[in-house]
Amino acid sequence: MVKMKELANRLKELEDQLVICIKCGMCQSVCPLFDRTRREADVARGKLALLDGLGKNLFTNPDGVNERLNRCLLCGSCAANCPSGVNVVEIFIKARAILAEFKGLSPAKKLIFQKMLSNPETFDKLTEWAGKFQNIFTKKDKNAQGTSCARVVSPLFGDRHFLPMSDKPFHSSKPYTKNSSNISEESTSKTTSIPSFTTSSIINTNAGKSGLKVAFFTGCIIDKIFPHIGQDVIDVFEFHGVGLYIPTGQGCCGIPALASGDMKSFEKLVEYHIKLFNEEKFDYLVTACATCTSTIKKLWSSIYKGNASRTREKIKELSHKTLDINQFLVNKVRLLSNDASFEDNAIVKNNAVFKDNGKSKSIETVTYHDPCHLKKSLGVFKEPRILIKASGNKLVEMEGCDKCCGMGGSFNLYHYDISSEIGQIKSKNIADTNCSTVATGCPACMVQISDMLAKNNLDIKVCHPIELYAKTLRNKQLS
Amino acid sequence: MTTQGVIGELKKIVGADNVLTQKEDMVTYSYDAAVLDPVVPSAAVMPENSEQLGQIVKLCSDNKLPITVRGAGTNLSGGTIPSSRASIVLLTGKLNKILEINEADMYAVVQPGVVTATLAAAVEKKGLFYPPDPGSQAVSTIGGNVAENAGGLRGLKYGVTKDYVMGVSFFDSMGEHVKSGSRTVKCATGYNLTGLMVGSEGTLGVLDEIILKLIPLPKARKSMVAVYKTIEQASETVAAIISSRIVPATLELLDNFTIRAVEAYSHAGLPIDAGALLLIEVDGHPAQVAEDGLKVEELCKTFGAVDVKVATNDSERDKIWAARRSALSALAKLKPTLVLEDATVPRSKIPAMVKALQEIAVKYKIEIGTFGHAGDGNLHPTILTDKRNKEEWHRVELAIEEIFDRALALGGTLSGEHGTGLAKAPFLAKETGLSSIIFSRRLRKALDPHGILNPGKITG
Ligand SMILES: Cc1cc2nc3c(=O)[nH]c(=O)nc-3n(C[C@H](O)[C@H](O)[C@H](O)COP(=O)(O)OP(=O)(O)OC[C@H]3O[C@@H](n4cnc5c(N)ncnc54)[C@H](O)[C@@H]3O)c2cc1C
Ligand code: SF4
Ligand code: SF4
Ligand code: SF4
Repeated sequence: MVKMKELANRLKELEDQLVICIKCGMCQSVCPLFDRTRREADVARGKLALLDGLGKNLFTNPDGVNERLNRCLLCGSCAANCPSGVNVVEIFIKARAILAEFKGLSPAKKLIFQKMLSNPETFDKLTEWAGKFQNIFTKKDKNAQGTSCARVVSPLFGDRHFLPMSDKPFHSSKPYTKNSSNISEESTSKTTSIPSFTTSSIINTNAGKSGLKVAFFTGCIIDKIFPHIGQDVIDVFEFHGVGLYIPTGQGCCGIPALASGDMKSFEKLVEYHIKLFNEEKFDYLVTACATCTSTIKKLWSSIYKGNASRTREKIKELSHKTLDINQFLVNKVRLLSNDASFEDNAIVKNNAVFKDNGKSKSIETVTYHDPCHLKKSLGVFKEPRILIKASGNKLVEMEGCDKCCGMGGSFNLYHYDISSEIGQIKSKNIADTNCSTVATGCPACMVQISDMLAKNNLDIKVCHPIELYAKTLRNKQLS
Repeated sequence: MTTQGVIGELKKIVGADNVLTQKEDMVTYSYDAAVLDPVVPSAAVMPENSEQLGQIVKLCSDNKLPITVRGAGTNLSGGTIPSSRASIVLLTGKLNKILEINEADMYAVVQPGVVTATLAAAVEKKGLFYPPDPGSQAVSTIGGNVAENAGGLRGLKYGVTKDYVMGVSFFDSMGEHVKSGSRTVKCATGYNLTGLMVGSEGTLGVLDEIILKLIPLPKARKSMVAVYKTIEQASETVAAIISSRIVPATLELLDNFTIRAVEAYSHAGLPIDAGALLLIEVDGHPAQVAEDGLKVEELCKTFGAVDVKVATNDSERDKIWAARRSALSALAKLKPTLVLEDATVPRSKIPAMVKALQEIAVKYKIEIGTFGHAGDGNLHPTILTDKRNKEEWHRVELAIEEIFDRALALGGTLSGEHGTGLAKAPFLAKETGLSSIIFSRRLRKALDPHGILNPGKITG
C-alpha cells in the first residue's frame, strides 16, 4: 500500500499532461487496436483514464494497468487525431518507464536491453551470429518478399515469416563508393568525394555539387535485415553530390528500450550516439527508418532526462537537423533532372525523360504505405510519394494507406495474433490495388508487411522508396 | 442470483472473452464525454449478435440487475455513466453490422453499434445520403445517435436523427423483443413507439435494429464564408436568410473568441479582429444552388458583412469547413477542462442569446467561446476552465445554470442535441414542469417496474 502511494506520487508528474484529455473519445476512430477489439482499455482514452486512476490510488497493484498500457502499438494515431492535443505517446512512454522502474525489468528484458541493445558492439556480434545461423533453423520460401518460415517450433515464433537476417550486416560490409562524377553525367567536377575507410567511419565523403553533407543514422533493422538499403543510400547521395558520413559503431535509436520502460538503456544509447555524431560536421542527420527519425527527432529531446554534459543542448541541435531521407531528397536536393520544382508536373516531365531514353520498360505499379512514425508523428507523407513518382513508377493509392500495419515493435512479439489481424487488413488493401510493389518509408513496416504478404502467398515486392529511386538512377547511368 | 452468479451466466451467453470484470477494465467504463464524476460498474459485456443481446437483457431482468448500454461513450450528458457499482455495462461495439442498404426503397437497416460515419460513407457510395452528422460522427454509434436524438451541422435543412428513424426493434426491460415502425415511408399501426425510443437514452429498452430513412445525395453545393465586424450583424443575417425563405444546408457561426483560438491553432489566415464569421453552405439542384448562393451572398453584404468569400472548388470548400471543424479542438487546447453546452433557442432569438452569453461570461469572469449551428438556434457556448480549480469550477456551475435560465426565458430548451442524461436531469423541471416529469416516471415505472434500464438518467 505504501508502495502504491509512492507510485501514485511518481505518476503525479504526468498529471498536467493527463488532464488535457477531455474524454471525447475521438481516438476510437483511429486506434488500430481498438478497431479490432472494441475495448475501451485498448484505446488512448481508456489507458489515460487508467493512468489517472493509478495516480489517484485506485488500484492495489500496478500489474493490470501495466499490462493494458503495454497493449499498444505506440503508433501515435490517437495523438495525431486528438482534438485536445494530448501527447499520448510521450505520456505512455513516460508511464512505462515509471512502471518499469517500480516493478523492475524482467530478467529477459534486462539481458536484451541493458546487456545487448545498449551496447552496440555486443549487439552487433550477437545478431551477426544469429544472422549466420538462422538459415539452418528456418527454411527459405521462394517468394517475392524473401521471407522464411520459422522451422524451430517456438511459441514465440509461431508460423511467422521471418525476413532472414542478412549474413552481412551493413556496418561490416564494405560499401561501394566511387567518385560521383562517374555516376552522373550531369554532376559537375566540383565533386570532391573521396572514399575514406577510416576506422571510425564506414564512409566519410565531402559535400559535392549539392554543397551539403549528411550524417546517416543506419538503424538496427536496415543494418541487420536490409543492408542493401544502406548501399542504395550511398549510391543516391553520391549521384546527387551529397557528402556522407556514416560512423561505425552505431547502435539502436533506443525505441525498443523506451517502449519497455528501460530509461537507463535509452539514456545510455542517446548519450553514446550524441557523442558519436559529434565527431564530424554535417548539415543534416538523415535516416531511412521512420521510427528512428521520429525517435531521434521527438523522443530524444522530450524523454531524455540525463545530465551528461551539454547532452540536452546537443540533442536539441541534432533534432533540428534530423530529417527523413525522403524529406531530405525531395526538399533539399534536386531530384534527377535539374528540375527545381517538385510538383507533379515536374515528375511527369521526369517520366518523359525516361520514356525518351527508352528506359520506361521497368515501370512498376507501386502502392505506398504511410508508416505511422512518418505521417502521424512527423507529418511526412508527400515526399515519399514524390520520390516514387520521380523514380518513374506509377503510384496507385491503397485504401487506408495511413492505417497502421500492426507492427508496433515489440507489440508484434507479445501480441502477434492481434498484430497479424491488423496486418492482414493492410495486406488486403495492398493486394486490392493490383500493384507489383509496395513501398514504405519504415523498415519495421517492411518486416511486418513482408510477413503478411508471404502468409497470403502474394507475389508483391516490398521495398523502401529509396530502393526504387536508386534502381532508377542505376538504369539511367547505364543508358 | 448473486452478481457473481450473473457474471457466470453472462460468460455462458457470450463466451468468457466478451465479459470483462477486472477493476482496470471497469474503470474504463466509468465515464463518458460529460464532465461528471465516474461510477465503476461490476461487469461489462459485449454481445456479438441480437440473440445474445436478448439473452443478456433477460438475464439482467430476471436478476434485477441494472444495465447501462454504451455505444462509443461520447455523449455529453452522462448517459453512459453506470448507475452504481451493482450494475453492468452493455457494450454494442460488436453489434456493428450494416444489415441492408435498400437503394430502391431508400432505407438502411443497421445494428446499433454501427459507426455513424461508416454508414454515411456506405450509403454515399450508392448515391444516397444519411444527413445527420454530429461532430462526433467518426466514432459515435447509430444506437447512441438514436438514443440521444443527435443533431449535427445539417439540422437546419435536413433535420436531426429523429427525422430519419423509420422503425426500431428493441428488447424491453423484461427481455421481450419489441418491434415498431416499418420499411415503408408511411406506417400507421400501433403507437409510435419508434418516436418514443428516439431520445430515450437507454431508459426504455435496448435497441437491437434500426431502420433509417435515406434520401438522394444533393447534386450540387456551394460554400461561403462571410466576415462581420460584430456578432450582432452576423446573427441578423441568419434571421434575414431564413425569413427570405432560403434554407441553407448549414449555417454556422464562430464568435471572435473562437476565431482567435482557431487561428492560433491552425494559422488558416482567419481575420482575428472580426466580431464573427458565418459559414454557409447551400445545396440541391445546380440551378437552385447558384440562385440561392447569390441571394445569400447579397444578404450577407446587406447586413454588414465586410467580406464574403465563395469557394470555387473543393479545396477552397474544405478550407472553409476545416475552420469550423477545428473550432472544438482549438478551444480544447486552451484549458484542461472544456464544458460543451448546447442550450438552444428559437432561431430568431439568436442575437439575444449571443448577448446573454457575453453577459454571463463577464458576470462570472469565465471564458466562453461560442460557435455552432446558428441556423437552427443551437449554439455551443463552450466554457474553458480547469476543474481542479474549485473556486472557478463553482463559478462555472453557476454560469451553466444561468445559461439554462436565459435560454428558457427566450423560449428555448436546455439541450438541442446532447440529451438530458445525468447532467441536465436536475434542471429538467425548469423546462418541462413537474407534471411532465411525473408522467415520464410513471411511464418508466410501468415499462420497467424494477428500474433496471439506465437508472437515474433523464427523470432523475
Ligand atoms: C467531440 C464531440 C462532438 C459532438 N458533437 C455532437 C453534435 O454535433 N451533435 C450531437 O447531437 N451530439 C454531439 N456529440 C455528443 C455525442 O456524440 C452524441 O450524443 C452521440 O449520439 C452519442 O453516441 P455514442 O455512440 O457515443 O453513444 P453513447 O455515449 O455510448 O450513449 C449515449 C446514450 O445512448 C444510449 N444507448 C447507446 N446505445 C444504445 C442502444 N443500443 N439501445 C439503447 N440505448 C443506447 C446510452 O445508454 C446513452 O444513454 C458530440 C460529442 C463529442 C465528444
Ligand atoms: S481524442 Fe484525445 S482528448 Fe479525446 S479521448 Fe482521446 S486522448 Fe482524450
Ligand atoms: S498509440 Fe496507437 S495503438 Fe496505442 S492507443 Fe494510440 S492509436 Fe491505439
Ligand atoms: S511498424 Fe510502421 S506503421 Fe506500424 S507502428 Fe511502427 S511505424 Fe507505424
